Amino acid sequence: MGVTQLLFWILTVLALGSALMVITSKNPVYSVLYLIVAFFAISGHYVLLNAQFLAIVNIIVYAGAIMVLFLFVIMLMNLNATMNLQKNKLLKFAGFIAGLCLFLVLVAALKNADLKNQLALTNKGDIGLIKNLGMVLFNDYVVPFELSSVLFLSAMVGAVVIGKKE
Amino acid sequence: MPINYYIFVSIALFCIGVAGVLTRRNAIIIFMSIELMLNAANLLLVAFSKMHAANAGQVYNIGIDGQLFVFFIMVVAAAEVSVGLAIIVMMYRNTHSVDVNFLNRLKH
Repeated sequence: MGVTQLLFWILTVLALGSALMVITSKNPVYSVLYLIVAFFAISGHYVLLNAQFLAIVNIIVYAGAIMVLFLFVIMLMNLNATMNLQKNKLLKFAGFIAGLCLFLVLVAALKNADLKNQLALTNKGDIGLIKNLGMVLFNDYVVPFELSSVLFLSAMVGAVVIGKKE
Repeated sequence: MPINYYIFVSIALFCIGVAGVLTRRNAIIIFMSIELMLNAANLLLVAFSKMHAANAGQVYNIGIDGQLFVFFIMVVAAAEVSVGLAIIVMMYRNTHSVDVNFLNRLKH
C-alpha cells in the first residue's frame, strides 16, 4: 500500500467521521468545528487529486468565510439558553433509516457500474493548476463568471434587506 | 485511485447530509448538512474530471470543465449561505427559536 492509498484512507475516515459528528453532536458550535475538519479532509482529497486551486479555494471560502459566518450566527443567537428543542425519537429513527436506505440504493445501483479499471489520476496532471483553470475560466466561461458577480451583488442586497430591522 | 472509491465516499458523505437534514430540527444544522451534500458533489466532480484527464492522455485541457463547475458551485454556495443565514437570523428574531417545527404556520 503506497503513500497515496494510505493518505486516501486516512482522509476518507477523517471526512466521514467528522461528517457523522456534525449531525450527531448536541452543541451546534461543535458541529461547526467538526464541519471545518470535514472541509479540511475534503481539501486534502483535492490536493491528492492535484486540484490545488480548488483545495485552496475550499479552505479559504468554506473553512475560512462560510464557517466563520456560521459561528458568528450561532454565537449571536446564544442558543444554549434556548436549547429546549422538542425531541421526537420516532422521527429521528425514520430519518436515519431513510438516509441508510438511500445509501444502500445508490451503492447497489453503482456497485456493478462498468468503471472497474477507470482510474482517477492522483499526484499528476496539470489541469488543476491555477494557470490552466484561469485560462479556461476567462476565455470560455467569462459570461458565467460575470453573472456570478451579479449573483453576489443580489445576495448581498438580499441579506441586508432580510436582516434589517423594520 | 480507482474511481469507484471516490464514488462510494461521495455517496456516503451525501447520505450523511441527507440523514442530517431529516433527523435534526435545528435550522443551522440542517443548513450545515446541505453544505456537506454540496461538498460531496464537489468531490465527485473533481474525481471525475481527473478520470477524464487520465483517459485522454496528453490531450490538452480535457476534464477541466469539471473543476470549473466546482468553482461555480462554491460561488453559489457562498451566496446561498449569506442569504440563508440572514433568513435564519430573521426567524430567530421573530420566534426566538431556530427549531424548524415552529415554522409550520403556513398550514393554518
